[in-house]
Amino acid sequence: MSSTTSPASTAAGPSGGARLVVRNLRKVYTGRGEPVEAIADLTFEIRPGELVCVVGPSGAGKTTLLRCVAGLMPATSGELVLGGSAITGPPQGMAVVLQEYGRSLFPWLTVAENVELPLKEKGVGKARRAELVGETLAAVGLGDVTGSYPWQLSGGMQQRVAIARAAAYEPQVLLMDEPFAAVDAQTRFELEDLVRTLWKRLGITVVFVTHDIDEAIYLGERVLVLSARPTVVLEDVVVGLGAERDQLETRGHAEFARLRTHVYELVQQAKAGVRSLADAHLTHPGAAT
Amino acid sequence: MTGAARTRTGTGTGTGTAVRTTAGRVLRQVLLAVGLPAVVVAVWWVLSAGSTSYFNPPLSVIVGTFGDTWFSTPFDQSRFVQDVVPSVLRLLAGYAVALVVGVVLGVAIGSSRAFRAYAEPVLEFFRAIPPPVLVPILMLFLGIGTSMKIVVIATGCLWPILLNTVEGVRGLDPVLRDTARAYRLGRVATVRHLMLRGASPQIVTGARQALSIGIILMVISEMFAAKDGLGFSIVQFQRSFAIPEMWSGVILLGVVGVLLSLAFRAVTDAALGWYLGYRQSQHGGV
Repeated sequence: MSSTTSPASTAAGPSGGARLVVRNLRKVYTGRGEPVEAIADLTFEIRPGELVCVVGPSGAGKTTLLRCVAGLMPATSGELVLGGSAITGPPQGMAVVLQEYGRSLFPWLTVAENVELPLKEKGVGKARRAELVGETLAAVGLGDVTGSYPWQLSGGMQQRVAIARAAAYEPQVLLMDEPFAAVDAQTRFELEDLVRTLWKRLGITVVFVTHDIDEAIYLGERVLVLSARPTVVLEDVVVGLGAERDQLETRGHAEFARLRTHVYELVQQAKAGVRSLADAHLTHPGAAT
Repeated sequence: MTGAARTRTGTGTGTGTAVRTTAGRVLRQVLLAVGLPAVVVAVWWVLSAGSTSYFNPPLSVIVGTFGDTWFSTPFDQSRFVQDVVPSVLRLLAGYAVALVVGVVLGVAIGSSRAFRAYAEPVLEFFRAIPPPVLVPILMLFLGIGTSMKIVVIATGCLWPILLNTVEGVRGLDPVLRDTARAYRLGRVATVRHLMLRGASPQIVTGARQALSIGIILMVISEMFAAKDGLGFSIVQFQRSFAIPEMWSGVILLGVVGVLLSLAFRAVTDAALGWYLGYRQSQHGGV
């Protein structure tokens, strides 16, 4: 059940995606006390323009993985390659959307200034900046609050600002760390569709970390299921739900239900300490591979 | 004593009925601000009215000498130009030096854990030294001129600014720091858009404390040895038994303090507009 129609491969976005290769990534936290092995051995690859979700039990090192990929934290060992060059610090052409939207926006800058600041640093000209800021804020439905401060907006709107900032940056890869964990369910559906839309339009590579299995399946072309700490990839699940997703239709699909059951079981097994697919006891038929 | 300055602003403005509530609020605020100073002045005025004490003349006498003492003609020969202006200029110079050095050092120390561990014990030591005791020492090196006074003011003002800046930069939200790093903000942009803005509430707190310390040091630096200045004038009046003039100098000092703090507030309120709203939104407050 492979996704035959990857929209990203056909969509010609303005920036295009970059390939992300993670090979034998290991991360051990050393500090006071016992060293903690957060990630044991992670290997996976994300093709240019692919949208991949990462799920796993809580404490599975999802955020650690994302911070390593973002270059915010050095890996203990292993290889991280984005678009052909090794990641040693925050790489060029990368944008992030973090869970703590309220804390990732600069409270002393207006909505428009928050979106514009990274562009300024990137060296985008003034006219083009104004264009990008206007376009992306309109695209996320915030065209009328550009002059407001982030703290004047609701949580969902703040997260839209963070998404607009990432989209305006015209990245090759977009990293999202549980971005909708703290917004209400209805807003979450809207934001999920927004991410799909932006992803299709920009043709970028998206890594979306979430603890919500439904969200992962609804959004992703693939879902990486991680084991509990120390983390390995339990299974790389291909989501064959096609390019067009619809909150009602897709979620009502038999394939959606099957994938949901399968990933749910995997996560339960992972919680129980299972570290390879061969050891997993699945009561329902697994994903066809 | 600072009340004399406030009473000038005492009248509320009459406005149309449509904005009556606003006008009422403004009036109430003005009354709140002016009320206590007015009472203090009135009590002083009444209690001292019949005073025959040489050292405690009636307030009416003090106010009567005020104009002649400080604003005598020609204006450019008056004590205001000859003494008050130099004092205030020295204060502003010392304060500016402290502000620049304090913020620059504070950002450097606050953003580097290693530097902080290295510098903090030394800072604690220097902070514990009361700046006035530096006056006799600095006089040996710098003489009794302007530079000595500016250095005294600057060393006193430095600590609250420096320590608050360090705290402010250290307390920046790690999520915000990560965001700035992930979007590859350069060093200059990080200092300007992240550290200075993020630490600005604490920097302002430090700067406010420093302003009152600066006014005290402005006077003290002139009391040891000087040839002009507001503090120098007050001491001179006292030594020559010009008691009402001495009192008028003390009142003027209070007025200068009030005006400086009003100017300070006008500047910082504009810079911290975002912070007040942000705080309210965080606490869901008033």
